[in-house]
Amino acid sequence: MSLAPAGPAPTTATDPGVVRPAAPVTPRRRSRRRRAAAVGWGVLAALVSAAFAFPVYWMVNTSFLPTNLISGPDLHLWPDQPTLRNYDTAMFGQVRSPFVPALGTSLQVTFLVLVAAMLLAFVASLAVTRFRFRGRRAFVLSILVVQMIPAEAMMISVFQMIDSAQLLNTVVGLGVVYLAGVLPFTIWTLRGFVNGVPVELEEAAMIDGCSRPRAFWKVTFPLLAPGLVSTGVFAFLQAWNEFIMALIIMTRPESMTLPVWLRTFQQATKATDWGALMAGSVLVAIPVVVFFLLVQGRMTGGLVSGAVKG
Amino acid sequence: MSTSTLPAAPPGAPAPRATRAITPARLLPWLFLAPSLAVLAAITGYPLVRMLWLSVHEYERAQLLGVPARFVGLDNYTATLTDARFWTVTARSFAFMVVCVVLTITLGTLVALLLMKLGKAMRLVLSVGLLLAWAMPPLAAMLVWGWMFDSQYGVVNHLLTRLGSTSWMGHSWLIDPASFFAVATLVVVWGAIPFVAFTLYAGFTQVPGEVIEAAQLDGASARQRFFGVQVPYVRSIYVVLIVLSMIWDLKVFTQVFVLQGIGGIKSETSTLGVYIYEMGMAQGHYGAASAIAVIFTVLMLVISAYYVRATVKEEEL
Repeated sequence: MSLAPAGPAPTTATDPGVVRPAAPVTPRRRSRRRRAAAVGWGVLAALVSAAFAFPVYWMVNTSFLPTNLISGPDLHLWPDQPTLRNYDTAMFGQVRSPFVPALGTSLQVTFLVLVAAMLLAFVASLAVTRFRFRGRRAFVLSILVVQMIPAEAMMISVFQMIDSAQLLNTVVGLGVVYLAGVLPFTIWTLRGFVNGVPVELEEAAMIDGCSRPRAFWKVTFPLLAPGLVSTGVFAFLQAWNEFIMALIIMTRPESMTLPVWLRTFQQATKATDWGALMAGSVLVAIPVVVFFLLVQGRMTGGLVSGAVKG
Repeated sequence: MSTSTLPAAPPGAPAPRATRAITPARLLPWLFLAPSLAVLAAITGYPLVRMLWLSVHEYERAQLLGVPARFVGLDNYTATLTDARFWTVTARSFAFMVVCVVLTITLGTLVALLLMKLGKAMRLVLSVGLLLAWAMPPLAAMLVWGWMFDSQYGVVNHLLTRLGSTSWMGHSWLIDPASFFAVATLVVVWGAIPFVAFTLYAGFTQVPGEVIEAAQLDGASARQRFFGVQVPYVRSIYVVLIVLSMIWDLKVFTQVFVLQGIGGIKSETSTLGVYIYEMGMAQGHYGAASAIAVIFTVLMLVISAYYVRATVKEEEL
């Protein structure tokens, strides 16, 4: 986060210089009041932060509590008798569909979508930025519009198509559906990043004796790394978290993805095992949370860059 | 300038721009686009056509098993548009969307302003809290909230009982549609605020300090500075955030679907996405559900038209 310092900074710099000669006491009193305000804002920030993080904490807390405490009369605000039993039940319990195959399916689908989306989007974004041809504008416009079509509306026809292609309950079937879902956004985003690298840079390298492909590879490609990271993050999140299409396409217990597997904890006829369910949720959430904390700075950049007038 | 117009550029490698080159190079961009075009045509284009086709045919479970589908013209559409349930679901979806968008944008702005007020350390503390909420996979988040609002052992009922004199133990939040949607709104807004707050914060920090200072010297109050200087500067960000929030909240599926699974009454709490799933996937009225899906798609395109037009203008396509 290399963002400019916040609002009040300039006033602190100018005010004391103006006031000091006349009244030497004022700056100190003012700084004391300012410090009180800062403490107030700090306390508020801590409370807001806790409110947002609480559900995540509660998930972790419950996942480590033994069942008799979870459904006991008292509230346990922290895991005072920690146990790993819930994780054991979630991963190896015999009643529901198994965890390991679901993890395997999720990993395969995510890997497939991530690699395919980045490759296809990369070459497509080159086509629409470094070439001028008829139909270019129409293509860019259509990927912008396609992003607005809700997957919720398409579920019936997508289901029937995957069904008639004999691809229900297969990694490839779900993978191509996700790929089509993420491609418009990834092409659009990468296009913005490639556009941000001036062609003149490549041309300068070519004057120095590089061939065009080599100039692109040596000069432009390294500058696209942030763009590839943000599109990769998007594809990863989409494939790992998606629920509706997976619910429709991966119906057999042995081919479920993790989100669909999580839902099998709730059965109409039985009381929910909240401890095991929270342990399962932790397992699904961990990779995403870690990933988010690693790449957080890049997450909002795309929308803001160039959007502020001035 | 060195001309690199090789007669046989290797396919897959970037070649000179088409404006300068002749025939083989003219095919190159299409070669680059081909894989993406193929995927989008097959997995997005075809189902779109299929959705339109289904919406004008009688298509039920029997047709799935091989009975030929009968062309019925606009019957599915008239049936949908004269069905009171459809209008109830649509009105409910819009009401839910409006409440969620207003809350998300208002609270997101407040959190962004709070981020501006903080020093480095506390800003990190707040950012981590927001990031944790943002990073939670929607389904896992939904299940956690369901557990927190559980009628028997949920932490919310525990705390409410402890705070007040009346016992909340056993109180069901999901049976009553009003409190069902209160919970759904809470979950959706909780999950949406981090993105809005971070984006607005990034926008606010780009407003030049001199402009705010000048306004301050002219005697503008904090309120006037916010509405008169900061908001106009990030106006385009607000437009994008509002349109995106409208789209996301109108097509809300997972949250409502999971809460219904935990204990809501389907007929009184379905939103458009869930309704299409119910009609189509669950009950097998594929034709009728496709008509609803077409109407839903048109609605979404209309809402996003402004955003698309603004983007096209800004990007100079």
